[in-house]
Amino acid sequence: MRLSTATWWRPGLVRVLVLPLLLLALAACAGESYPQSTLTPKGDFADLVDALFRTTVFWAVIIFVLVEGALLFAIFRFRGRADDPEPEQIHGNTLVEIIWTVIPAAVLAFVAVPTVRTIFDTARIPETGPDGQAALKVEVIGHQWWWEFRYPELGIVTANEMHVPVGRTVDLRMKTVDVLHSFWIPQFAGKRDVFPNRETRLWFSAREVGAFPGACAEFCGIQHGRMDFYVMVDEPAAFDGWVATRQADSAAAAMRPAAAPVPADSLAPDAAPVAAVDPLVAEGKQLFMTKACAGCHALGSAGAATTMIGPNLGGIGTRKMIAAGWLENTDENLAHWIQNPQAVKEGVLMNVPPITDAEATALVAYLRTRQ
Amino acid sequence: MTSTTATLAGHDGHAAEAHHTSLPIENRKLAIWVFIASECMFFATLISTFLIYRGQSLKGPLPADIFEVPLVTAGTAVLLFSSFFVVMALNGAQEGNRRKLITWLSLTVFCGVFFAGMQVYEFSHFYHEGLGYSTNLFSASFYTLTGFHGAHVTMGTLWLATLLKDAIKGDLPAGKALNLEIAALYWHFVDVVWIIIFPVVYLMSLRS
Amino acid sequence: MATTVLDPAHAGTRSRSVLVEWLTTVDHKKIGIMYGASAFVFFLIGGLEALLIRAQLAGPNKDLISPEFYNQLFTMHGTTMIFLAVMPLSAMFFNFFIPLQIGARDVAFPRLNAMSLWVFLLGGIFLNASFIWGAPNGGWFGYAPLSGRQYSPGVNMDFWVIGLQILGIASLAAGVNFFTTILNMRARGMTLMRMPMFTWSTLVTQVLVLLSFPVITVALIYLMVDRVFGTGFFVPAAGGDPMLWQHLFWVFGHPEVYILILPAFGIISEILPVFSRKPLFGYSAMVFSMAFIAFLGFGVWSHHMFSTGMGPLADSFFSLATMLIAIPTGVKIFNWIGTIWGGSIQLRTPMYFALGFIAMFIMGGLSGVMHSVAPADLQQTDSYFVVAHFHYVLFGGSIFAITAGAYYWWPKMFGRMLDEGIGKAHFWLMLTGFNLTFFPMHFAGLLGMPRRIYTYPGGLGFDTYNLLATVGAFVLAVSILVFMWNVVRTWRRPADAPADPWGGATLEWAIPSPPQEWNFTEEPVVSGKDELWTLKRAAGVRTLPEPARSDGRGIHLPGPSWWPLIVAIGILLFMVGFMLPRPWAFPFGPVGLVGFVITLVGIFKWAYEPPDAHATPH
Repeated sequence: MRLSTATWWRPGLVRVLVLPLLLLALAACAGESYPQSTLTPKGDFADLVDALFRTTVFWAVIIFVLVEGALLFAIFRFRGRADDPEPEQIHGNTLVEIIWTVIPAAVLAFVAVPTVRTIFDTARIPETGPDGQAALKVEVIGHQWWWEFRYPELGIVTANEMHVPVGRTVDLRMKTVDVLHSFWIPQFAGKRDVFPNRETRLWFSAREVGAFPGACAEFCGIQHGRMDFYVMVDEPAAFDGWVATRQADSAAAAMRPAAAPVPADSLAPDAAPVAAVDPLVAEGKQLFMTKACAGCHALGSAGAATTMIGPNLGGIGTRKMIAAGWLENTDENLAHWIQNPQAVKEGVLMNVPPITDAEATALVAYLRTRQ
Repeated sequence: MTSTTATLAGHDGHAAEAHHTSLPIENRKLAIWVFIASECMFFATLISTFLIYRGQSLKGPLPADIFEVPLVTAGTAVLLFSSFFVVMALNGAQEGNRRKLITWLSLTVFCGVFFAGMQVYEFSHFYHEGLGYSTNLFSASFYTLTGFHGAHVTMGTLWLATLLKDAIKGDLPAGKALNLEIAALYWHFVDVVWIIIFPVVYLMSLRS
Repeated sequence: MATTVLDPAHAGTRSRSVLVEWLTTVDHKKIGIMYGASAFVFFLIGGLEALLIRAQLAGPNKDLISPEFYNQLFTMHGTTMIFLAVMPLSAMFFNFFIPLQIGARDVAFPRLNAMSLWVFLLGGIFLNASFIWGAPNGGWFGYAPLSGRQYSPGVNMDFWVIGLQILGIASLAAGVNFFTTILNMRARGMTLMRMPMFTWSTLVTQVLVLLSFPVITVALIYLMVDRVFGTGFFVPAAGGDPMLWQHLFWVFGHPEVYILILPAFGIISEILPVFSRKPLFGYSAMVFSMAFIAFLGFGVWSHHMFSTGMGPLADSFFSLATMLIAIPTGVKIFNWIGTIWGGSIQLRTPMYFALGFIAMFIMGGLSGVMHSVAPADLQQTDSYFVVAHFHYVLFGGSIFAITAGAYYWWPKMFGRMLDEGIGKAHFWLMLTGFNLTFFPMHFAGLLGMPRRIYTYPGGLGFDTYNLLATVGAFVLAVSILVFMWNVVRTWRRPADAPADPWGGATLEWAIPSPPQEWNFTEEPVVSGKDELWTLKRAAGVRTLPEPARSDGRGIHLPGPSWWPLIVAIGILLFMVGFMLPRPWAFPFGPVGLVGFVITLVGIFKWAYEPPDAHATPH
């Protein structure tokens, strides 16, 4: 194939390149809302960031259009032939060069001023949130490959699903027990890395009720790709109910022979109250002790938090997801995960002895009672 | 490892031919200056780390427990003198005064050997006092910094010893004095680095 | 130094095999070609890694490759493309063209130059050999403590930490060599402000190499002794601070970005004037802006660390300093457009790639400014938005420019013209594939897709963008195949390229294609910028008469030498020794000691190599 040099491509340029890109850009800006998107902020910190981002994009698009336009214009306007006479030999123009040094500098000022202002605005944790209350303190602890959340003022601990009340400022104090991770809640703030030897801070308040995914954003080993979590934003009353449930859920309560009555305001209305003497549940509880589960997982949310290898399982029966935001919390998934953690997350630190299907069923039945 | 590069650049004799150079400086001399600039960043990083980790060790022994300042002061003085000696040796080489060259160059090499020996003694002494390489942050940053300096001294001594061998064989006439000059530049640099290390590492650590 | 006096009486007799000739060569042109060939192979390997990554990410929840292998792939892809592809591809041009552009017969230290090549090549092979035992898997940035022994117990990161030190030695040696060469080996009359822009960019790049590589070398030494001897530089349990690694890494890492892009600036600044038939607009501004970019490059490293929470003052400082870089970078882009403005643009293949470079680099530059906005960067960093950004700079920038340079200088290097039609097909495929791959990544990132994840769930809006990116990556791969086809096709044709096929302005076009071993039969004397244009204008011609090939009688050239290769092998063994078992308490094991002895003996023999040890009659 011999391609002629001159013009075969020109209509192609528009077809193959520009149109799809424009369509892409339009699709992205069309306001489609995805739960992990940075473009649709749902909290005050993210709003500040988003406003700044939009200012930057505004200037970037203007400069992009002008400069790329000038480039394309020059290419088409000054296209020459091989036998054209030599063009005028211009070596430069000091005035022009000064102008196009000063103008970008001026444009940068329009970006720089709000940038510095936002840096300081986001560095300061508001005394009171939109709901007029003092900030809720949550300790975030990164683990390979899951997230632990402790509420020091409330005396509870949970993992992978952080409940917060809507409208309350949340004051995050973060660290890691192993390698670096980065706590990213795209809808509410940005990222903040966690370190083993110093505490990092981040804050936000959520505007909407719902379940919002987040992810680890700093490469942290083999399962960095599956280290997700959820921020569960509740109405204040629901949040208080959740807190009360968690506070009642001590390790001792978990070990009491028969199931304690499920609190009336349980977050999972579909979870039927457990019969006092369900043999399957009792077997599952026994297995939890003998199959090495208890070596790595704490059962209760209440009481002094201890650092363990595996996530705290307080309320595991009613969580949305398992395996660090990766699998829907269905009975099948839970059984599969318990039996084959290495198949779901290769390299995960969860190593289990062989568990039969019957045993898995019993374990699942027991874990379902943990609300 | 970076000192290898200097040696290679230094001995590459292509440029030794009478060759037009754009700047009034011979290729090898320019190269060694460039190399020294690069080495400055190398040692700046090592020294910064030592300072950043000052007082951060979780357990002893710490500098104040262990440093033998008089011995190191002697080593410092010897290294300082050696810079003077190598200047005299270079002077001898440029004059074509072989006797002067050999005398002063021998003294320089002796100083290098003495300093390296002092460091070997110091390290083994520290080691027997319980300061292993991985004992704490102080030991790790101290041994790495002074160890690399010591390696530079050793390389420089080897380099100068090679030139001394040349001088004794009569292979270092005035026309080849540049061979010694670049080695001397490197030697001065190694010396200057020590002039920084000595107060920053030894004297300042005693205070804390 | 071994010196060969060229003796025409023996011309054509070959007493040494071709293999030995290339293994012992100190000719900067042969060394340049070897840099290019090996870097291109590494580029293909890195590209293959990218294709596997893209295949895995084509859709949500795929398990084409395991997470462990995925992590090895992205670590090696980054490490390979930066240290084994883009840097040595630039080095190919430094080697081949710096002496030609400044009118010299060779570099200042030809044997050191050969050593740089061999150390680089052995280091590259060593790094890639790791796939047999387990390739590096901690990211090209090797953040502590993940890269430490506790969390990376295997040999994987040993390969990385040792391999990068080996490559650093090659870069530093080349840095000393080319800095000296450019400052000191210029033809008579070629003042600094008459140097071609590619030469300027090379000079500034070497300054960056010389001042930034020692920092990463020390950081790598710390990490290596942490892993091998159990020190605690980056071990939190011992009081070590992972932030120190980040600072040291990025004090190197940001200048490294300019080490990758400044040569591209230089190549573009050569091509645009030639194919616009008009001198570079604002030469001095171009020089000073490049120097300014390099200078600022040392003061902005922490913009890679906004998410670590350094506090508002540090964030503000590094935000503003980073924004400042946009000004000299803008000056460069405007001056490039100013160069083609009013010119007579000849749309040949090198010009296509050069113009493509400008168009793509503008986008990478603009998204770069977006990252300087620290709060916004909290959303963008470590997301696919950043992946898109730096590929626009490194692929749309560096690789486009290197490809432009390849088409531009190919006739000079090999005496053959690459095919224009295939070249343009290559361009359009590459431009399409490139944008299809990387443009959607902006959106994936903005929708919240983190980097370095081996898979992602559906329903977050990532799917379409990732599928497009995967399709684009394969289009890119096809474009590279088209380039290779062009090369193969060209190779079968006779070497008939003229000395000056494009109407060049710089000295390399004044000598035959390919150049004779001694480059210039008579050492040139330069009277101004764009020397060749001045000569042509004075002669009133578009092209000077084809220069005659000479017999090189009486020209002294350095002779071949084995010692650079031997020293390189010694350095490799010495460094590899650190990851091998040590049967005794001494820090160096048997292999390390052997390597040390070989290095030392090699240097000694090298220094005393008699002037005509291997003098080969030509």
